[in-house]
Amino acid sequence: MQWEIVIGLEVHAQLSTNSKIFSGASTTFGAEPNTQACAVDLALPGVLPVLNRGAVERAIRFGLAVGAHIAQRSEFSRKNYFYPDLPKGYQISQFDLPIIGQGSLTIQVPTTTAGKTYKKVVRLTRAHLEEDAGKSLHEDFQGMTGIDLNRAGTPLLEIVSEPDMRSAAEAVSYAKMLHTLVRWIGICDGNMQEGSFRCDANVSVRRPGAELGTRREIKNLNSFRFLQQAIEYEAQWQIDTLEDGGTIHQATVLFNSDKGETRAMRSKEDAHDYRYFPDPDLLPLAIDNELIEQIRGTLPELPLSKQARYVTDLGLSDYDADTLTSSREMADFFETTLNEVPKEAKLCANWLMGDVSASLNREDRDITQCPISPQQLGGMLKRIADGTISNSAAKEVFKILWSEGGDPDTIIETKGLKQMSDIGAMEAMVDEIIAANPTQVAEYRSGKEKVFGFFVGLAMKASKGKANPAQMNEILKRKLAG
Amino acid sequence: MSLSINDVYKVARLARLGMSEQEAQTAHDQLSNIFGLIAEMQAVDTNGIAPMSHAQDITQRLRKDVVTELNQREQFQAAAPQAKNGLYLVPQVIE
Repeated sequence: MQWEIVIGLEVHAQLSTNSKIFSGASTTFGAEPNTQACAVDLALPGVLPVLNRGAVERAIRFGLAVGAHIAQRSEFSRKNYFYPDLPKGYQISQFDLPIIGQGSLTIQVPTTTAGKTYKKVVRLTRAHLEEDAGKSLHEDFQGMTGIDLNRAGTPLLEIVSEPDMRSAAEAVSYAKMLHTLVRWIGICDGNMQEGSFRCDANVSVRRPGAELGTRREIKNLNSFRFLQQAIEYEAQWQIDTLEDGGTIHQATVLFNSDKGETRAMRSKEDAHDYRYFPDPDLLPLAIDNELIEQIRGTLPELPLSKQARYVTDLGLSDYDADTLTSSREMADFFETTLNEVPKEAKLCANWLMGDVSASLNREDRDITQCPISPQQLGGMLKRIADGTISNSAAKEVFKILWSEGGDPDTIIETKGLKQMSDIGAMEAMVDEIIAANPTQVAEYRSGKEKVFGFFVGLAMKASKGKANPAQMNEILKRKLAG
Repeated sequence: MSLSINDVYKVARLARLGMSEQEAQTAHDQLSNIFGLIAEMQAVDTNGIAPMSHAQDITQRLRKDVVTELNQREQFQAAAPQAKNGLYLVPQVIE
């Protein structure tokens, strides 16, 4: 029997501010424990929170990027629970009136056919500002827990989706799109190892068309691979449980990446009675249209709009457009390269997604660390486009550009990589080859067309790979025909 | 809405407060009084009045995104019951 998997995601994106959301302590990652935890972060008596404008502006940027309603008035609430990584005994969050209301995100989901994707719109329920908690270290102390409060008070944007995703692949596409977007608009560094971008997945299963099933929430997934594995495992577990006649109880579960399993956390029945109430320390937050419009004016062109432009104006495939907009840096690199050879979008795309990406991967670099500049790459592509060099000679130029740098035209000149276009010289070569290989010529002329490849090989060898292949083919065909 | 003695114990547990029977009874009486006051206020006609989340109808000012706090770990940890290797130590918590 058929089951439908229903997934909603909550993503915590750490906002890339210099200071914390309610205090002037630094947010730099990796500092010595507690050297960036000030009196406000430690909840010493008498301190008061003051909201960081940078966090508010980043939340608005996000809201604009997903076409969401931005609340003219929002409020902060206390979410009460006791845990030592949160010294106040409550987390300042938003509950009733979040800063960002409903929006949407269009995702491209890969299918089992390579290169084929489908589009889907995922609705966003809301996004709200809140503070991060500190870190607990359980390993190093006998019977004690060590607390590092450097992270306490780091601004987070919690982005909540509707339960619109129907497979682990859709959930991963959504998370990746969101990850691209927050980096694209410069509100979060997206570093998942450092916990700057963390996902919680709400998973349930149902018969198609039936009411939503009971969901279980998988907490703290910090890689796309874990997100995929955890959802697949959890959904299968729920299906097996229901098919065996069991029932699903609402629960919070953790994913064990070593075992590839999800497991329910022990929890007391009233552990999640958070008793939210408006924080009396913080007045309502007012956002006027002037600020919103000012921020709108600084937003870059968004990935979706670029993708559409690449497909309709440049004639690229959805797959190419999607790959080239995987990060703003990649798209910038592509567009700067294209400036050098404006009519050769597909050529630029092929080289960027082919040799450039492969070389970057091999050296574990990203596009910002590419040793070849877009101008250098574009300069070389210009010479492919105008027939000066062949594709194989271009690979040679590319290697030199990568390891030694330099100017493509100078490299082509000094290494003698120019394509041969002297028709007379090529004809002379072909005449020689025909004279030297009477047997194969006879075979070809008797209808064995496969022998043609043999002649192409000889001709390219004779020209030391410099002959323009199209021209050489044409000459060979003409001369062999007799 | 009336408050039971069990509600008092539940709220006390959530707030990590230990209460004797006598104290719970006192808290119950006091909280019931407050509930009474709330009931009185609920009876007021508030149709057409937007709810407020704060007693004063003003909004908050924002801070510039600038680091203003220096490292004062030594002073803060001098006041902590236990600290080691720069970490605050608390009784073990593992969920």
